Amino acid sequence: MLLNEFLILGAVLFCIGVYGVIARKNAVLVLMSIELILNSVNINLLAFSLRNGSTDGHTFALYVIAIAAAEVGVGLALVLLMYRNRRSISLDDLSEMKG
Amino acid sequence: MFAAETALPTGWFLEHAYLIPVIPAVAFFLIIFFGKKMPRKGSEFGIASMVGALVFSAGAAYQWIHRVNSAASLESYVGPVIKTWTWWQSAGFKFGLGQHVDGLTVTILVVVAFISTLVQIYSTEYLHGDRRFTHFFAALTLFSAGMLNMVVAENMIQLILGWEIMGLCSFMLIGHWWEEGPNSRAALKAFFTTRTGDIGLLVGTSILFFSANSWTQKTLGVSGFSIRGLSAWALSGSPGHAAITAGAAFLFVACIGKSGQFPLHTWLPDAMAGPTPVSSLLHSSTMVVAGVFLVARLYPVFFTGMHILGSSANFIVVIGGITIVVAAALAFVQTDIKKVLAYSTVSQLGYMMMGLGAGAWAPAVFHIFTHAFFKACLFLGAGSISHSASHHSFDMKKDMGGLRKFMPITFATWIISTLALCGVFPFSGFFSKDEIIDNVGHNGYTIFMVVGLTGAFLTAAYMTRATYLTFFGSPRGASAGEHHDEHDAHAAHDDHADHGHDAHAHDAHAAHDDHGHDAHHGPKESGWLITAPLIILAVLALSSGFLNAAPFGESWEHFSKWVEPRVEAVSPTGVATIVGGVGAARVAGEAASTSVCGSSTPTDGVCVAPQLKHAPFKWAKAGMSMLIVAAGFLTSWFLCVELYEKKNKSLVGLTERNAVLGAGYKFLANKYYLDALYENVIVRSIAHPIAAGAYWINQNILDGIVNGAGNITRTVAGWVYKNVDQRVVDGAVNGTGSVARGAGGALRPIQSGKVSQYAALLFSAAAIGALVLVIINT
Repeated sequence: MLLNEFLILGAVLFCIGVYGVIARKNAVLVLMSIELILNSVNINLLAFSLRNGSTDGHTFALYVIAIAAAEVGVGLALVLLMYRNRRSISLDDLSEMKG
Repeated sequence: MFAAETALPTGWFLEHAYLIPVIPAVAFFLIIFFGKKMPRKGSEFGIASMVGALVFSAGAAYQWIHRVNSAASLESYVGPVIKTWTWWQSAGFKFGLGQHVDGLTVTILVVVAFISTLVQIYSTEYLHGDRRFTHFFAALTLFSAGMLNMVVAENMIQLILGWEIMGLCSFMLIGHWWEEGPNSRAALKAFFTTRTGDIGLLVGTSILFFSANSWTQKTLGVSGFSIRGLSAWALSGSPGHAAITAGAAFLFVACIGKSGQFPLHTWLPDAMAGPTPVSSLLHSSTMVVAGVFLVARLYPVFFTGMHILGSSANFIVVIGGITIVVAAALAFVQTDIKKVLAYSTVSQLGYMMMGLGAGAWAPAVFHIFTHAFFKACLFLGAGSISHSASHHSFDMKKDMGGLRKFMPITFATWIISTLALCGVFPFSGFFSKDEIIDNVGHNGYTIFMVVGLTGAFLTAAYMTRATYLTFFGSPRGASAGEHHDEHDAHAAHDDHADHGHDAHAHDAHAAHDDHGHDAHHGPKESGWLITAPLIILAVLALSSGFLNAAPFGESWEHFSKWVEPRVEAVSPTGVATIVGGVGAARVAGEAASTSVCGSSTPTDGVCVAPQLKHAPFKWAKAGMSMLIVAAGFLTSWFLCVELYEKKNKSLVGLTERNAVLGAGYKFLANKYYLDALYENVIVRSIAHPIAAGAYWINQNILDGIVNGAGNITRTVAGWVYKNVDQRVVDGAVNGTGSVARGAGGALRPIQSGKVSQYAALLFSAAAIGALVLVIINT
C-alpha cells in the first residue's frame, strides 16, 4: 500500500493549489487552483479509505466531486459577470471592499 | 393403529376458496380508481365481483357436499381443506395467510356472497343519484371482502384482519350521509362500541397464542394462531384451566361487541342511520354474524373454556338469554320500523349465542343461515316502503298504515318473512329457532329454554305490532299522500335515520320522474330492482328451512350432515383416521355418544370438534312453542286493534295514567338507561375526574407557579433595572462600543480589498488551526 506516496501527492497538489489561489491574479486560474485543493483532499480520502477497507471515503469523495462541480458552475458565472461589467478578470481590480 | 389413508375428494373451487375474498378486494380498488369514469359509476364492478364470489362459493359448497358424501360413514372425519402461505415473518416467526374451508365456512360464504349480491342490486336503485354513489359501492364491496376474508381465515391473525376491515367499513357505511349530525354520531358510536369489544379479541388471541403455541408447534407443526391448531389444543386436555377460560372469555367479549349482545348492543339500533341496504347487509349476514361466527369457528375453545354441557349456566348462555328478552322488550316501544327490526336482530343473535353456549351448535349455525334470508327480506321490505310509499320516512305511527293495498309484493314478502322470524311451522325460522330452544332444554339449560320460549312470544307480539302499524289500519302521514312540507315537520324526530337522503339526494330524485315525485301523491309498489330481491329472499325464507327439517326424520337433516364437524379423533396429520378403542365402539351404532372428544382427554390423536348431544324432535314440544307463538300473535293483534283502530279509552294513554306501566314504558323508551350509563356515568366517571383534576392542578398549582413566578419576576426586575441594567449593562454596551471602535481602527488595514490577501489570511489561519490540532493530538 503506497499510502505515503498518495499522501505526498495530495500534499503537493494542495500546496500548488494554495500557491495558485494566493499568487495568481487571473480569476479563472484561481478557480482552477481551488479545484486542485479539492482534488488533493479527494486523494487523501481515497487513500485512507483503501487503507481502512471501508467505502466511507469513496462516498465522501463522490460528494466532494459533486459539490466541486456546483462550485465551479457558480464561480465561472461570477467570472463571466465580472468580465461583462469590467472587461477584465483580474482580481486586483476588485478592491471596493477596502476598509 | 391407523386406518388406510382416506383421501376424500376435493375440487378446484374448494382448493381455491382463498380467491373468494380476493375478488371483491380487487373490485374495491377498481371502483376507487376507475369507478367514476364507468357508465354505471362503479356499481358494475361491485355487482360483478359479488356474482363472481357467489359462483365460487356455490362451487365450493357443491364440492364440499360431494366431499362429505364420499366419507366412509356418517361419523367418519371429514377434514377441512387448509392452505397457508407466509404473509410476513418477524424474528423467525411466520404469520400465515390462507384458507380453512369446512362446512361452516362454505355455509357462511354462500350466505354472505348471496345477500351481498342482492343488496348491491337493490342499492343501484335505492341510492340512484346519490352524491357518493361510487364510494358507497366501494365501501360495500370492501365490507363483503372483509367478511369473506374472515370466514375463510386459516388463522386468528387473518381473522382479525377481516374483522377490522368490517369495523372500518361499517363506520363508513353507517356514516354515509355524514352531513347530518345524528348519522355521524351513530357511525362513531358503532365504531367505538365495537372497538371496546375488540380489545377482548386482541387480548384473547394473545392469551390463546402464548398458551397453545408450543403444543401446536410440537403436535401439529402449526402456529398457535391456527384455527385447527387451537381447536385441537382446546380438546387435547393439555390447556391449563385458567388460560383457556380467560382466552375464551376475552374472545367472547369481542363477540358481545360485534354481535350486539347485551351490554354492548346499543350501537346496533343507532346503526340504522345508514342507508337501508347497509342495514340489511349489516344485520342479516355480515357484521353482526361475525361474533357468532367466531364462537362457532373456535367452538372447541369455548366448549372447554366455558364448560358447555358440564354446567347449567355459563357466560355465553347467560348473555344470550339476557339479550333475547331485553332486546325483544325494547322492540315494543319503537316507532321507527327499522329500529323494530334492529332490536329483533339483536334478539335473534341472542338466540344464536344461547344455542352455541348451550351446545346446540348445528341449530345455531342453521339459524344464522335462515335468519340471513328473512331478516334481509324484512329490511329490504322496510326500505321499499320508505322508498316508494312513505317518502323516506321510517316512522310507523306517523307515515305508514294501510299499505297492504298499495304494495302487494312488499306486503306478501313481509308477511312470509315475519312468519319465518316468529318460527311458524312450515317457514324456515321454525326449523332453526325451535331446534335451538329444544336443544337448549335437552342439554340441561332448563331456565334458558323458558327464556327462549318467552322470546318467541315477544317476537310474535312485536312483529304483529309492526305489521299492523305498517300494513293495516288507515294510511297516515306521508302514506296518505300528505304534502312533503308537512312531512318535514316530522323530521324533527332526532333519531330520524334517512333525512340525509331526503335533504340532498332529492334533486337527483327529481331528475327521474318514475319515483320520488310520485311519492308525493301516494304510495305505490317499488320498481323491479327492489321487488326482485324481495321475492327471491321471501322464497328462501319460506323454503330454506327444509334443508334441515328435523320433524320429517333424519334423512331430511342435510344441513347437520354437511356442516356439523365430525367428532372422530384423528392422527395429528389429519389424514389417517384412528380406529381402535374409539372406532370399535362406534360400530355398535351408538356412535354419537361414544366419541372421546370433548368428554375426556384423547389418548391417541387429536380431536378438532367436541361431541355434542342432539335432542330428538318431538311434535309435542314443537306444538307447545307454536301455541306460545299463536298466543303472541293474538294478544298483540287484539291490543293493536283496540289501541290503534278503536282507540279504546281504557287502553289509550294507559302509560300516562298508570304509574307502574308508565315507569316501565319510560325505562324501555330510554333503552334501560344504558346509553345514559355509558355516556354520563362511565365516560364521565373516567373522563370527568381527569378533567376536574387537570382543572384543579391548572387553577392551584400551575396558576400558583405562574403568579408566584410573576411576583418574583417583578421584584427581581426592579432590582435588576436599578443595578444591573443601569450600571452593568449600560456600562458594558458603552464599553463594547468604544472597544469595537478601537479594534476596528486597529484592524482596518487588514481590509485591503485584495482577494489574494484574504486568501492568504484564510490559509494562514487554517494552517495555525491544523498546527494546534496536531499539537493537541500528540
